[in-house]
Amino acid sequence: MVLLEVKNLGISFGGLRAVDDFNLTIEQGELYGLIGPNGAGKTTIFNLLTGVYKPTDGYIMLDGENITGKKTIEINRHGIARTFQNIRLFSELSVLDNVKVGLHNHHPYSTLTGILRLPKYYKVEKEMNERAMELLKVFGLDQEADYKASNLPYGQQRKLEIARALATDPKLLLLDEPAAGMNPHETQELMKTIRFVRDEFHMTILLIEHDMKLVSGICERLTVLNFGQILAEGETAAVLNDPKVIAAYLGE
Amino acid sequence: MKTKTRSLSKTTRSNLITYGMVVAAYIIVEIFLRAGMVSSLLEGLLVPLCMYVILAVSLNLTVGISGELSLGHAGFMCVGAFASAFFSRCMETAIPAAGIRFTLAILIGTVCAALFGILIGIPVLRLKGDYLAIVTLAFGEIIKNVVNVVYLGRDSRGFHVSTKDSISLGLEQGGDVIIKGPQGITGTPKDSTFLIGVILILVTLFIVLNLINSRTGRAVMAIRDNRIAAESVGINVTKYKLLAFSVSAALAGTAGVLYAHNLSTLQAQPKNFGYNMSITILVFVVLGGIGNIRGSVIAAVVLTLLPELLRSLNDYRMLIYAVILIATMIFTSSPGGQAIQERIKLFFKHRKTKEA
Repeated sequence: MVLLEVKNLGISFGGLRAVDDFNLTIEQGELYGLIGPNGAGKTTIFNLLTGVYKPTDGYIMLDGENITGKKTIEINRHGIARTFQNIRLFSELSVLDNVKVGLHNHHPYSTLTGILRLPKYYKVEKEMNERAMELLKVFGLDQEADYKASNLPYGQQRKLEIARALATDPKLLLLDEPAAGMNPHETQELMKTIRFVRDEFHMTILLIEHDMKLVSGICERLTVLNFGQILAEGETAAVLNDPKVIAAYLGE
Repeated sequence: MKTKTRSLSKTTRSNLITYGMVVAAYIIVEIFLRAGMVSSLLEGLLVPLCMYVILAVSLNLTVGISGELSLGHAGFMCVGAFASAFFSRCMETAIPAAGIRFTLAILIGTVCAALFGILIGIPVLRLKGDYLAIVTLAFGEIIKNVVNVVYLGRDSRGFHVSTKDSISLGLEQGGDVIIKGPQGITGTPKDSTFLIGVILILVTLFIVLNLINSRTGRAVMAIRDNRIAAESVGINVTKYKLLAFSVSAALAGTAGVLYAHNLSTLQAQPKNFGYNMSITILVFVVLGGIGNIRGSVIAAVVLTLLPELLRSLNDYRMLIYAVILIATMIFTSSPGGQAIQERIKLFFKHRKTKEA
């Protein structure tokens, strides 16, 4: 079953064509990689998929629904969650609260209920705490639940960001350079986590990455982007051996 | 799960300490009052003190929790003051029971300020940082100046409004001019008492603290910490920013009600509803610690009482006041000051463990 279908997607910033004629089809449960040299437009594509930018051309279908040009919060409700290249946590909130913000739309009660501390407040907060702790346990962060998010070590901050994204119960998870700034050991662990998330949550994952070890280790299919256009796509091994791809990465 | 129950009780305990502090302060002052040990000057300061505390706590919701620098807080206070004073003047004969009338006045003042908060918040909250500060400052001044040109009278035919003078209202014989432009509203019933002030402080604290520790408060703080990330997890940024801003405005309106009913003449002057007032409230918030509600309460009390307590120093009064301000600022925010704080905390911890 096709989960995400992107057709002829394009965006121009003034005269600059940042992304041009981009096509992408991701199957349910797939682990898909998006790679390319710096400035190729990978993060721009994430921003288009999550509604940060409105595309000038093309359309995006998620699970049979057209989400082109929708706002970020609507797209999140449709089922796309993401992490960021430069970690964006709620730094002053606790680790637990970071995840609970992710649960915001799934465990609602009114502001008045919160202020007056009606019974519903205690019931929903309890559900939220339990669900958030479950998620934190998956990422081995349950012991750090009370820490301020900014006090976590770098690797754990990355994990917390993934946990927070998963809290919104997405159909598609976008990871923007999850291994950036990690040492080989942490990257190994991250690969395990990503695979675990896919298997445990039956998640479809699209990730941007520069770390070839990670890409070749876990991605099933790849799209290579260069100057805003698709250079190659297909099975990971085949794509990585494509002379065009090697040329783009290493130079001729 | 164990860690969570501990952290929950931690915030609850901290909130209870804050409430307890206010109640304890009330009881102590009340005892001194009964014993006749409070000068009439200080006694007159009690209601304004409550007002400042409410203002500081409500502004901290905008500045500390929502992370928006607003300098128009006095404007919302002005709305609350005039709306409620107007109501009280109109209803003085219709509702003779002061308790019911004042309760209604508080509600009306609060709701009007909240409406202005929403009205002003919608365009203004698109801005950030310094820009937001400047625009809110301007709106605060606009409110004050608009109130200064309004004439409103009542006779048997109903209400009459003018922006020129009281004669152009064209009132019948025996008509009553309620708002007299720069002369404001006179003859407001003096319903504010220290007890009501303290109750309003407790209600304000209850609203603000519970709001912070709820789903709504988390959303507001998430937006403060990282707007883009908050949007990416489906938080409606505009809605929650506006909500925090209007709750903050509403509570400033409550403080305005308290202010209006403590004086027989209510005029919109630079010193009570101008930007000076907004800055004073901001000083309480900054000194008490941005985002620290209990700190705001303490800072408002100390900084309101300080100039009075230093009165015996005559000319040096404001000098000492300034020195204390700067010293507190250094102590609370500079790295050196924080190191000293840590050392003090450690010292007390050691003593506790030794005793145990």
